[in-house]
Amino acid sequence: MTKQSNSLSQGTTPPIFPVKTKIQITVIFFVVIGIYLFSMFWTQQQMVGGFGNALGNMAVVIEKFFPPNLSILPAIWDPMAQTIQMAIIATTVAAILTVPLALLSAQNITTFKPLYYLTRTLLNILRTIPDLVLAVVFVGLFGIGLFPGIIALIIFSLGILAKLISETIESVDMNPLEAMRASGGNILQVIFHGLVPQVLPQFVSFVLYVFEINIRASVVLGLVGAGGIGLVLDQQLGFYNYPNAMAIIVLIFVVVLIIEYISNKLREALI
Amino acid sequence: MVTYSLPPKKEKSPFKKIKKGIIFLAVIAVYVWTFIGIDIDWARAIERATSNFHRVIPKLFNPDWAAAGEVSEKILETIFIAFAGSFMAAILAIPLGFLAAKNMSRGRLLSAIGKWILSAIRAFPDIILAILFVVAVGPNAFAGVLAIAIGSTGMLGKLYSEVVESIDMQVVEAMEANGANKIQALFYGVIPQIIPEFLSYAIYRFEIDIRASSILGIVGAGGIGTMIIFAANNRNWSEMGMILLAIIIVVTVIDFISARIRRKIV
Repeated sequence: MTKQSNSLSQGTTPPIFPVKTKIQITVIFFVVIGIYLFSMFWTQQQMVGGFGNALGNMAVVIEKFFPPNLSILPAIWDPMAQTIQMAIIATTVAAILTVPLALLSAQNITTFKPLYYLTRTLLNILRTIPDLVLAVVFVGLFGIGLFPGIIALIIFSLGILAKLISETIESVDMNPLEAMRASGGNILQVIFHGLVPQVLPQFVSFVLYVFEINIRASVVLGLVGAGGIGLVLDQQLGFYNYPNAMAIIVLIFVVVLIIEYISNKLREALI
Repeated sequence: MVTYSLPPKKEKSPFKKIKKGIIFLAVIAVYVWTFIGIDIDWARAIERATSNFHRVIPKLFNPDWAAAGEVSEKILETIFIAFAGSFMAAILAIPLGFLAAKNMSRGRLLSAIGKWILSAIRAFPDIILAILFVVAVGPNAFAGVLAIAIGSTGMLGKLYSEVVESIDMQVVEAMEANGANKIQALFYGVIPQIIPEFLSYAIYRFEIDIRASSILGIVGAGGIGTMIIFAANNRNWSEMGMILLAIIIVVTVIDFISARIRRKIV
């Protein structure tokens, strides 16, 4: 009986995956592991004492950071508020500027191909540059302060927002728009009465999403001199005042969580 | 003459109207608070911009090719940081993702705890984590790896848990009904369903991590960011142009490759 079933399983059932796939997957697996090990080796090169030492260090560091000096909270509330205001202004301006850009980079609205490809490429390039790098450049241009931070956030969120919204525009139902055009509506009328009602809920939802991203980005912009709470954090770290730095980090953490909660609730209510 | 009339609009409940009104007022209040609170030194910003413009902008578009060697070495380090970090996160996120998935644990408490851990991790910006790890393991690339690993775990864990929640549980139930134990159900019922999407999300996160790791050097955690901060401090804008060019190329290429791979997997 057992012999029979053995021969059955050996003889007739083909393997689930062909041998070629198996070899491919094995090779890919080892390549990935190889790159990982090499990356680990490379990144630990300049480290003194290796990983074991670092783990021991971690305990010492946690002692340094704790307990956070919460008595400075009233003093850092002001820069925190400025940070939030930066994000609000940047999101608002980006939301306004994104409308023409999104229309230009939506295939079904911009039927003139070269213009569509131009805006698409521009937005793609814009999105590859991290927010802090933009902030570094704008701080160089405008000097230290809130203004370069706001500009950096606007440019950064424009890239994301225009892409998300142009995709929404591309996925709308074109039939009502065609009907309007057929019955004599001009391009602006078609956009306002055919496109806007279909896109608006998504638009608001994406703006809120980008606002969350901007809050997260704006708290760290100060590290490169672009204003807000990050500037204070950078100073405190510069003084090696870790309990104060930890208090700032805790405040950032709480504010981000609260804003995310509110924005999530608003988004749920919208869709 | 025929009179056309639009169909009657739906009655809106007064509760909804009040709610809308409150949200509207809150938004107005937030904007008033913002525009009163913010103070921008317009005059100084404009003055600085006009005097700096020709010193900064043309040089950004005129990259310093002499720095190409150092830039490519640092960008390679950035890729290594992102790779090692994403790899760690892709593995760390698996237990957390399962913990946070509603259909994997009996009690709701466990999945709630998992979700809380994940959203707590996500609330930390990557660069704040990098600050903490730079203090812990010193200013080197490995601090960056750890920051990326922890930072990505938050998002990957959330995405993983959503994948696990969306699997077809009937397969698992059928297996259990046929006498498979938990481990067998996990290996033959759950894992085959989730692997492609897990991989796809891990690769997607690698794309994001490339961007994230390129700025970690600003706080000393290795990679190209170290050069960014030096170039900015030295006002060496043509080197900055080279760095920007390198970042744009690398990010574009990796996005392209990863999109290709992800399309193949899923």
